[in-house]
Amino acid sequence: MAKGSVIVRPERCKGCAFCVEFCPPRVLALSPAFNAKGYHVPELADPEKCTGCDLCGMYCPDFAIHGFRFPKPAPTAG
Amino acid sequence: MSASLNPAAPAAFPICENPAEQFLRSDRMPSIWCPGCGIGTTVNCFARALIKTGIDPKKVVIVSGIGCTGRVAGYMHLDSFHTTHGRAIPFATGLKLANPGLTVVVYSGDGDLASIGGNHLIHAARRNIDLKVVCVNNLTYSMTGGQAAATTPRDAITATSPYGAYEPPLNLPHLVAAAGASYVSRWTTYHVVQTMKAMERMLTRRGFSFLEVISPCPTLFQRRNRLGDGLDTMKSYKELGATRHNANLADLDMTMGGEIVIGNFVERDRPDYLEAMQAHLRAQLQEQYVDPYEHAEAESALELGELSCG
Repeated sequence: MAKGSVIVRPERCKGCAFCVEFCPPRVLALSPAFNAKGYHVPELADPEKCTGCDLCGMYCPDFAIHGFRFPKPAPTAG
Repeated sequence: MSASLNPAAPAAFPICENPAEQFLRSDRMPSIWCPGCGIGTTVNCFARALIKTGIDPKKVVIVSGIGCTGRVAGYMHLDSFHTTHGRAIPFATGLKLANPGLTVVVYSGDGDLASIGGNHLIHAARRNIDLKVVCVNNLTYSMTGGQAAATTPRDAITATSPYGAYEPPLNLPHLVAAAGASYVSRWTTYHVVQTMKAMERMLTRRGFSFLEVISPCPTLFQRRNRLGDGLDTMKSYKELGATRHNANLADLDMTMGGEIVIGNFVERDRPDYLEAMQAHLRAQLQEQYVDPYEHAEAESALELGELSCG
């Protein structure tokens, strides 16, 4: 089960691909679609492997992507 | 399978905002910075460093000069000054002396801080004024069209050096350390976590702190020198960056294609300008000395509405 996910704001993205290149588990890819300004926006290509580490959020020069972690599920008894 | 949101998410998970968003003027986004420029990355690190230190944003002031990095003051939702060219440090010095309770951050580029305002940089470091200086160094004058700057390495092709630059560049960490800075550090935009930690350290310590962040300028510097785009430059920083915290500062010159020595080079305690002034005048004037800052904290609290005048 995935530990986290990312949120993309496509209208801000300039398609520099820093997030795609420097994602540690390499779960992002540039989508073939364009945003309003004609840039390819990143998308989660492998959502199961996303750890929500937010390194994409730190690299993004346009504040267009960030990662977050899901709350940990309560430990099941037995 | 949904691409943007994770299908493996638990049923109710909080959709959180970008942590940097609270420090941005969202109505001014998207920024003017080119695709692949590293300035936004440093702003991201700065916003996260502000969160980590838990510092009150109302007491942080950001001062910028002119240039691409000079736009940072306009994009950050903090009290900010966008000053005249090269004069960010004099403005910040005045702010700090008028209200020592503020955390004053100078956020500007190499052209503004080291070339046009180089004199101010040296003297602020000499006096050890409690400023936190972030210098985003993209090795050229970007906003005016990519001319050779004081930090342009030898053999770099720019608008004013079509056959390669022949002037030796300034070595900023060496310069400010020699002038007396109490914290000197250099990282690149590839080293985001280290940059954030250096910013955290600067925000929590006293004295003149200087951080140089080497950043790509894909539109002018990288294109003219055929170094690829912003992403290629970031990958080259990964290969060329050599972390040496105790490096000899004289060896930190930037060269074309040579290694980039990075690290936290200097951290020392020196009395800052205010401490030195107060201690000296108190010793000289003794009971005649009136501390101008004695009531400063109460006055600034009054202005913020924290105390009632009743």
